[in-house]
Amino acid sequence: MDDIISLFVRSVFVENLALAFFLGMCTFLAVSKRVATAFGLGIAVIVVMTVTVPVNNLLFKFLLDKGALAWAGLPYVDMSFLGLITYIGVIAAIVQVLEMVLDRYFPALYNALGIFLPLITVNCAILGASLFMVERSYNFTESLVFGLGGGIGWALAVIALAGIREKLKYSDVPEGLQGLGITFITVGLMSLGFMAFSGIQL
Amino acid sequence: MDASPRKVLFDPLVDNNPVTLQMLGVCSALAVTTNLLNSLIMSAALTVVCVFSNGAVSAIRNHMPSSIRIIVQMTIIASLVIVVDQLLKAFAYEVSRSLSVFVGLIITNCIVLGRAEAFASKNPVGLSLLDGLGNGLGYSAVLIVVGAVRELFGAGSLLGIVILTPAQDGGWYVPNGLLLLPPSAFFIIGLMIWGIRTWKRDQVEPEEFQIHAIHRQEVL
Repeated sequence: MDDIISLFVRSVFVENLALAFFLGMCTFLAVSKRVATAFGLGIAVIVVMTVTVPVNNLLFKFLLDKGALAWAGLPYVDMSFLGLITYIGVIAAIVQVLEMVLDRYFPALYNALGIFLPLITVNCAILGASLFMVERSYNFTESLVFGLGGGIGWALAVIALAGIREKLKYSDVPEGLQGLGITFITVGLMSLGFMAFSGIQL
Repeated sequence: MDASPRKVLFDPLVDNNPVTLQMLGVCSALAVTTNLLNSLIMSAALTVVCVFSNGAVSAIRNHMPSSIRIIVQMTIIASLVIVVDQLLKAFAYEVSRSLSVFVGLIITNCIVLGRAEAFASKNPVGLSLLDGLGNGLGYSAVLIVVGAVRELFGAGSLLGIVILTPAQDGGWYVPNGLLLLPPSAFFIIGLMIWGIRTWKRDQVEPEEFQIHAIHRQEVL
């Protein structure tokens, strides 16, 4: 239980996907102008990541890994080179399914997420989380916790940045830095702040 | 589009740079630039993928129903990335280890998908190949500058060759460890954008919210 909690805290704060690994930066910078939209996107990322990472974990363990096809009588087959295309396919499919389920049963949430759901397919934080899961060989429980924690960490970062940017428009930024430039500097400072967690050993 | 080949190739280098102006493909530009070698390999990988995916998407552009084009493009890109990833693992295993997941993440790099969608699906094969090359090079330019700055001032060397002898080896240069850490990449790209926009004034974004003229004089 202890290591599950520590994995969770680590994936939310210490190894924050956005600020320590720069994942999902494009959406992170583009959709952080207003807190409300950032919040919607954050929730979408949490949901999608919590679902896709464990599913990809199962696929990796029972189909792709070396010797994983032993149950089908093919103990020497190594399909791990098909990993990338499988994960992205799974992510695209799950996002599509999720969209339909939300549309049918939770129309309020569906409307709130709006265009963000399809966008998430090409968010590298989602694919990155699956790839990290494979690289660090997490088991099923760990990958579930990692997906949830990574998603929450990413959402936290994007909401915080949106909060800062909302205030930032009242400040007098040098001409060449307006918009994208100052956002980069702000994210740099935020990332510096999150580095304060890096000494924590759990 | 009435673009000449020359314009298609050179426009993305500075005038319409994918990273600093269009904000595409930023993730990997930040993550892999701790040293110059990684930046170079990553640039090469991305450029190759971008050129060939543009070519492939452009070649089948007239046969592809638009409702499934995104998934077709993703499949093309993912297959190319797998090829690149396997090649790196075979011939440059060390680098492939240190790039870790970021080679795989070329799939979701918005430059590749963005160019396939915005340019290659509407233009002939030759121009699309050039466009892929141009954008790959524009991305590479940013990566190489950031990688060079971070390695030179963070570790005192370039491509592993010592240029500024660090103090702990008896030299005079005290390496700035911050440059090897994640935040510095944001600062360097931020400052690069500032530099480019001071040079190319037309890239400056308009201010969203102007301080009222009277108050402005009091404030400043």
